[in-house]
Amino acid sequence: MSTEHAMEPTSEESTAERAESQVSGAEIVLEDVVKQYPGQASPAVESLSLTIPAGEIVMFVGPSGCGKTTSLKMINRLIEPTSGTIRIDGEDARSQSENALRRKIGYVIQGGSLFPHLTVAKNIAIVPKLLGWDTRRVQERIDELLDLVGLDPAKYRDRYPRELSGGQQQRVGVARGLAADPPVLLMDEPFGAVDPITRQRLQDELLSIQRELRKTIVCVTHDIDEAIKLGDRILILKEGARVAQYDTPEVVLGAPADEFVEDFVGSGSSLKQLSLVRVSEVELHRPVTATVGEKVDDVRRRAEAAGERSVVLLDGRGRPVSWPWLRQLKGDSVVEPADELITIDQRATLNDALDTMLSSSHGGAVVTGDRDQYLGVVVFDAVTDHIRSLEEQAHE
Amino acid sequence: MSDTVAHADPAPGSADAPGATKRSGRRLDGETVLMLVVPPVLVLLTFAGYVVWRQTADLTGAELEQLAWPLVIDLIQRHVSLTLVSSALVVLIAVPLGIGLTRGPLRRISPLVVGVANAGQGAPSIGLIVLLAIWVGYGFWTAVISLTLYGILPVLRNTVTGLQGVDPTLVEAGRGLGMSSAAVLLRVELPLALPVIMAGVRTALVLVVGTATLATFINGGGLGAIIQTGISLFLPSLIVAGAVLVALLALLIEWLGRVLELVARPKGV
Repeated sequence: MSTEHAMEPTSEESTAERAESQVSGAEIVLEDVVKQYPGQASPAVESLSLTIPAGEIVMFVGPSGCGKTTSLKMINRLIEPTSGTIRIDGEDARSQSENALRRKIGYVIQGGSLFPHLTVAKNIAIVPKLLGWDTRRVQERIDELLDLVGLDPAKYRDRYPRELSGGQQQRVGVARGLAADPPVLLMDEPFGAVDPITRQRLQDELLSIQRELRKTIVCVTHDIDEAIKLGDRILILKEGARVAQYDTPEVVLGAPADEFVEDFVGSGSSLKQLSLVRVSEVELHRPVTATVGEKVDDVRRRAEAAGERSVVLLDGRGRPVSWPWLRQLKGDSVVEPADELITIDQRATLNDALDTMLSSSHGGAVVTGDRDQYLGVVVFDAVTDHIRSLEEQAHE
Repeated sequence: MSDTVAHADPAPGSADAPGATKRSGRRLDGETVLMLVVPPVLVLLTFAGYVVWRQTADLTGAELEQLAWPLVIDLIQRHVSLTLVSSALVVLIAVPLGIGLTRGPLRRISPLVVGVANAGQGAPSIGLIVLLAIWVGYGFWTAVISLTLYGILPVLRNTVTGLQGVDPTLVEAGRGLGMSSAAVLLRVELPLALPVIMAGVRTALVLVVGTATLATFINGGGLGAIIQTGISLFLPSLIVAGAVLVALLALLIEWLGRVLELVARPKGV
């Protein structure tokens, strides 16, 4: 779409990776953007210049009050800049009405901020209806988006927000932001209001959606781990929205620009490095699997022959549903258990994998790929091996 | 009224609490059902009692004249039209005023306006009605004006409270999605504030239906006429009969307000 002229050097591998699918995002350029509130001594945003390349996820991080949210809201003019220009896909944001501009920019807020008196479908339909889409196109889009964010349209379309869990509300919030297929998506602390396991899953889903859509996503967070995990680039801001560092997560972790960045990113840097490694990069263990409905005796024989004490149970469509010990298999044929298995996406970080492993009785975590297909199991040893190889690299 | 101003959103899952029936996103709890069923039954029973008394009691000529059915029905009609016309005017004035007071530069003076209205509510209604009659003349419309003035406060206050109670992040979400400020008002703020506004309307209806009894002093008509005649002729039966009829009408109007409130409540809230 548009050429990339980043202000800072980019790592080559992420550029190569980016070429694989069609970019639908637009480039955003901020030039000397200033926000000065009347009656305040120092400006909230001093002078911010920044290029956000098309199709990338850029994370704005910084201590509270550093101006990261103000900077984000100036992109869709919820806050009007005092001076400076913002161009989206080469076009000045002020060349059109604020309402027209915002309909082309998806907006996702903490907790989803769904309208409680409207159904899920009506919440998602807001922007398409403002744009005058016909009813059939809107209905099709709603189902498509619910599918994309992993909610069954038939089941959730007509529910009201209070009938959904926090994670589901947030998913609908993302669907609403993407409703009119905008090139740019702004997210303001999107996953701040959900529990850690749901947050991790939502992050994985966002990455998987982004793999498909290649939007330009600008996301504000106060969580450096989230920034490292999601960001193609991280913008670290000091007070007054002064840029402390703007670079890929690898560079931010490996070569922090100054003491401020170092402090902000935190010590334990080799542990943080785990947030850079995706589960798909380490070797997966392939334990014995069984399918729901198989004879328990057959499964037991197979597992014992392989010297295993547990099996991964898959449903008819190859999705993992549980990870029982052999002694837990009872009855004639294998049945699907009631409680849900916590799995991790292949794009999850080793950090996430460690989290999930610690809450598992097996010392491992089941890994899934696209559409929740079973890939294998990541085990503790694989992670420790990886830490060791990182340390060896550091010594060399 | 404090019970009607705060509408805490119950946590998801509490909808399955015992006693709550769920019907396409709208819930009726036990208390609401009770308040919908009991008043009309009570009104019907009491009115039946009144009819029996009216037909069987040994009444004097003046009493019979005052409680003649055509006259009573006429007075009830007059009382109801006083109430409904005034209440409609109250809504037409107070809701837009309340909306205005929550937007733009007027936002700053909203405590002042609500304060003045609050103080005005303290003024005795009989004084207001009589003073207004001396100023603009006697009759139905003078009564309507003073009843309207009297009913504005609860609706105004609840409109302001209701709109202020809408989660500001929802307003920002609407604006952020590209809705105009008018669209956010009509499609987000007002629907969400409606339960609180309707609670104010119900309060105003009750205030107005009661105060309309005084309209008779300025030739405004209404059921007050029976009570006034009872007082001047010293006929306690007339005083009690008038008071019972007014009370029944007030209960009925209160109930009507509750039904309106329930119908107006958006689903899912």
